[in-house]
Amino acid sequence: MSQKVFAPWEDATEKPLIQFKGVTKKFGDFVAIDNLSLDIYQKEFFALLGPSGCGKTTMMRMLAGFEAPTHGTILLAGQDIAPVPPNKRAVNMMFQSYALFPHLSVWDNIAFGLRREGQDKDAIAARVEEMLRLTRLSKFAKRKPHQISGGQRQRVALARSLAKAPKLLLLDEPLGALDAKLRQDTQFELMDIQEKTGTTFVIVTHDQEEAMTVASRVAVMDEGRVIQVATPSVIYEAPETVYVADFIGDVNIIQGRASQDADKVRIDWAEGQPPIIGTTQKTFSPSQTCHFAIRPEKVAISTEQPEAPNVLQGRVIDIAYLGNLSTYHVELPDGTMMKAQTANTRRLSRRDITWEDNVWLSFTDTAGVLLER
Amino acid sequence: MRRLTWFNVTSLTLGFAFLYLPMVILILYSFNASKLVTVWAGFSTQWYGELLRNEEFLDAAWVTIKVAVFSSTLATVLGTMAAYVLVRAGRFSGRTLFSGMIYAPLVMPEVITGLSLLLLFIGINLDRGVFTIVLAHTTFSMCYVSVVVSSRLTSFDRSLEEAALDLGCSPFEAFRLVTLPIIAPAVISGWLLAFTLSLDDLVIASFTTGPSATTLPIKIFSAVRLGVSPEINALSTIMIAIVTVGVITASIISKRASVAQQRDEQAAARAT
Repeated sequence: MSQKVFAPWEDATEKPLIQFKGVTKKFGDFVAIDNLSLDIYQKEFFALLGPSGCGKTTMMRMLAGFEAPTHGTILLAGQDIAPVPPNKRAVNMMFQSYALFPHLSVWDNIAFGLRREGQDKDAIAARVEEMLRLTRLSKFAKRKPHQISGGQRQRVALARSLAKAPKLLLLDEPLGALDAKLRQDTQFELMDIQEKTGTTFVIVTHDQEEAMTVASRVAVMDEGRVIQVATPSVIYEAPETVYVADFIGDVNIIQGRASQDADKVRIDWAEGQPPIIGTTQKTFSPSQTCHFAIRPEKVAISTEQPEAPNVLQGRVIDIAYLGNLSTYHVELPDGTMMKAQTANTRRLSRRDITWEDNVWLSFTDTAGVLLER
Repeated sequence: MRRLTWFNVTSLTLGFAFLYLPMVILILYSFNASKLVTVWAGFSTQWYGELLRNEEFLDAAWVTIKVAVFSSTLATVLGTMAAYVLVRAGRFSGRTLFSGMIYAPLVMPEVITGLSLLLLFIGINLDRGVFTIVLAHTTFSMCYVSVVVSSRLTSFDRSLEEAALDLGCSPFEAFRLVTLPIIAPAVISGWLLAFTLSLDDLVIASFTTGPSATTLPIKIFSAVRLGVSPEINALSTIMIAIVTVGVITASIISKRASVAQQRDEQAAARAT
């Protein structure tokens, strides 16, 4: 039995759960969202990623019903949600500040939404208990929000927003206030809960690592536009623009002039330097300006000249030691800085490259990506 | 820094003397056995007993309490509504004008407020009595309530209301179930403030009252014109006591509860 890969966005017959159709949102003269179209499918864990002020929170608030689009429509399960007020939407939100009700206990916080639906007492109690179990909070049911820890509060907020079994759960920077260690644990917990409940999650974050970890697809946003929507691995390995390549992870960008021969491209990037050879599916016109983007971990560093399609010589200026990895900052003869990263498989004392050393950088002709802009 | 220098002690004594000496004398003389106000003839509580048998004073006290309860309740409802709208409405043109207009009665001379209310009541041909005093007191105490409540609302985390809406509350339910319980201490201390203000007021009440209703301050004022009696001293002492308790309670409630609430709220918002 072959396991089916979860990729509804590649299936033309699949109907999206959420559709943004030409949505524009203006605050006065400021354009927060600029003619944006986007499809999100059922059971997806969709991440909106971008720097602060890129409009990702505005998109989320439009889905929750706290803002209305200036132009365009948002469809939820095929229905225009513009006329539906927030309290009538099958959408729940987990707030950045958690927004737990300080005067209610954990139990009452979780039961709050269920009570508004007018369910009977036993059904509410059963559902609250279920949520408490799911988020491992059963012990803290009677406590007030200020009597529990940050991680627990975060789980109460999650339980409260999941209690009504929404079609869509919005998470606004849900882990922003947690420390690094707790954040990692919680990310996996979130993924686990998302899988168990089968709810569609849309998460807003400015933390690229978080988006890469949890999401089935990531939309990289900038200034009210979606720059690229793809799976984390495609975003990382095949960014479409320099902006995306630069925003996600570390990258070396070299600008040059292209001359193409079938799928191989020669990039002349500096006087007196050997051209870089890259591979692409795109077509570049002769001597078109192009950007060659290569991740530091795909650049090998050595003290002797290696055999490779691309070999550059340089001098080590700086070494960033990260424990498991070391990043070497290498200055090429024309002054360009290039980063190369190696895994520290050997103990530090036996490292054979150090400051001011002359080294060789090498990479294959498929290691980098060629970008037009 | 905290040393009690002679300068500090002197200024403190002078300040408190100015503030409280008259009241202390009033309270002392209310326990005077002599009928003559200026002659001390030993300790006695007889004037308090006499006060309780004085029908006129008891009537006036009853009117005053009725007026204070109704006007402060009405002022709390209106003042809270006004504060809510002004804080929540965000920026719109003329906002400063609106909030300024709500707070203007704070600095308006009482004589003018009283006179204008009197003209209004005559104009619409309203019989003056308890009802008109209630209306008048509501008018001026409402802005105090709205100051107290709006200062609490500005520090209120708006996402709590959004969360309530998100979980299925109508805007009114969100106010009733989330906002009101959280700002309740401010609302209560606003009510107490309005209550004591109404208890105190002489000027506006005397403008807007009719022959059927006499409040305690009016009663005291007219009685004093015929000469100060120890009975009046006793009555005033009781009023000082009520007002003091009211004001202290209001400030304790608002301080303690709002500090605690805000601490909880911040704790709930902060993660670790």
